[in-house]
Amino acid sequence: MKAPERYYDFEKDISGCGIFGVINRKRGLIPGEMPIQAMTCMHDRGNGLGGGFAAYGIYPEQADKYCFHMMCDDDAAIKGSEEMIKKYFDLHFYEPIPTRRVLAIPNPPKFNRYFVTVPEKPENEFRELPEEDYIVAVVMKINTTVPGAFVVSSGKNMGAFKGVGFPEDIADFFRLEEYKAYIWTGHNRFPTNTPGWWGGAHPFTILNWSIVHNGEISSYGINRRYLCEHDYLCTMMTDTEVVAYELDMLIRKHGLSWEMAAKVFAPPFWDEIERMDGDDKDLYTALRVTYGPGMLNGPFAILVADNTRLMGLNDRIKLRPLLVAEKDDMIFMSSEESAVRDVCPDLDRVWMPKAGEPVIVDLED
Amino acid sequence: MAAKRKKKTLVAGRTYYKQFNEEIRALAEQGVTDFTIKECNGQRYIATALEGDLTFDIYGVPGQDLGAFMRGPKIRIHNNAQDGVGNTMDNGRVIIEGLAGDVIGYAMRGGEIFIKGDVGYRVGIHMKAYLDHQPKIVIGGKAGDFLGEYMAGGIILLLGMFSGKPDAPIAGRSLGTGMHGGVIYVRGSVPEDQLGPGLTATPVDSDDLKVIEALVKDYAKELKLDSKEIMSENFVKIRPFSHRPYGNLYVPC
Repeated sequence: MKAPERYYDFEKDISGCGIFGVINRKRGLIPGEMPIQAMTCMHDRGNGLGGGFAAYGIYPEQADKYCFHMMCDDDAAIKGSEEMIKKYFDLHFYEPIPTRRVLAIPNPPKFNRYFVTVPEKPENEFRELPEEDYIVAVVMKINTTVPGAFVVSSGKNMGAFKGVGFPEDIADFFRLEEYKAYIWTGHNRFPTNTPGWWGGAHPFTILNWSIVHNGEISSYGINRRYLCEHDYLCTMMTDTEVVAYELDMLIRKHGLSWEMAAKVFAPPFWDEIERMDGDDKDLYTALRVTYGPGMLNGPFAILVADNTRLMGLNDRIKLRPLLVAEKDDMIFMSSEESAVRDVCPDLDRVWMPKAGEPVIVDLED
Repeated sequence: MAAKRKKKTLVAGRTYYKQFNEEIRALAEQGVTDFTIKECNGQRYIATALEGDLTFDIYGVPGQDLGAFMRGPKIRIHNNAQDGVGNTMDNGRVIIEGLAGDVIGYAMRGGEIFIKGDVGYRVGIHMKAYLDHQPKIVIGGKAGDFLGEYMAGGIILLLGMFSGKPDAPIAGRSLGTGMHGGVIYVRGSVPEDQLGPGLTATPVDSDDLKVIEALVKDYAKELKLDSKEIMSENFVKIRPFSHRPYGNLYVPC
């Protein structure tokens, strides 16, 4: 399946969805069973048309290489994407992503992972790009030019695992109980007006960024066009994809802090800005004026991660639930408290963050 | 003569909500009146649409829409509650000893919901009253935005005392926006900016105080709190500024 050619064939996505994330601030490794069980507890937030997980710290031996998780519809797509990867990268190691046959998952695509580095002197059209932009450019190229091939994730020491099914079935399919990670996010999808297809499941990723989302980005059209002007091409037919690319653009390329990026997504209301003092007023006015097309309109609760952080954020009128809980070195973020209690019954602290205020948790090192 | 009580303890664990609720309903049919539910773990719709003199003592965190449409049962949750508690409930009482999520008491039309701690967003929206059916929500902690939005009847009492959010204002933005019936009482004061358009907070009178006192007495008793301490501060009230605040919005008359 391929994204439509014309922008107006894109439709938006309204979803119920459940999200769960956990980070161990001391890089303690959390077995896959924990996020799997938490998502299982929230089974009914999805409808079996999408489940997925992102995991950080799963490839410690290859941590200096970018890991491309490839999803391919057929052998031609595998061949095409492999040629592309070999053309643009030094390929160090590749293998099929281990899967098992699961009754609930009929006809899955094929999954491989490629550990790559950028050649010292690339001889191609992207040769002048800095390393990370080079990776982004190749991801966009594969997604838009190799039929049936999609990059599911492209970061270091991390990976995304997703597809059509309930999250517990997807976890079973990808044998996620065999992985350990210091950050996990999980998603249970309830798509209502875009196809429930493998690429449309969450998380969405680019480089080390990953995002899972409960809600609907009503501003998808304007966000997508804005990103297009900055060479990010949306191909996954799900609104959430724009958040992954905006994160990369705002934080990595434009140098905004995570807090400021969160305020681009969910800016203060104009009446609140009006009541701020001088500096803040100038700042938030500038932010809204500069990044108007980057604002995310519509209901959302999102979890964003990279190799060192987990962030939870709600839309500014909190149209989707989000709860944060702490236990020793672990911080949980979840649509429902019961999912957290299921995997960690005794919690030190539980609260629901304010709408539009990011909760950012860093690794201690 | 009081009806005979019959007790039953159930362990929810990871039982699927559908099966679990079927069990509860079958037991209620068989005459069980007092349920103790242990290890509740996100099961949705507990006590939904049940009628009559039943009690539920719930340990663990129950799932969405607890007590929706119910008429009569008394539910005590010894931990936190999630979203949608008492959705469109008709009568009965829900006591939450912890905090509660979003949209508590949505379109509620009778009975009481007593929450000890903080609540999320959109609590008590679309509440309505009819004759002596007066829904009441008492919140011991602080509330998120849109408390009592589009409220058409009933009472919300916001105390702001037992909160995990020391820096937050007692209520979020858009308090009582579009309300056209009922009353919201707030202990202490509420910042003007938090009120919905056109609303003002005014001091309570002696009639209001009687209502508040009776409600606080009930609330304090259920949650083992000191009603005198709760009453030791002034209260303000927020009432609709007209019967149909947006009656002219689309079709001017």
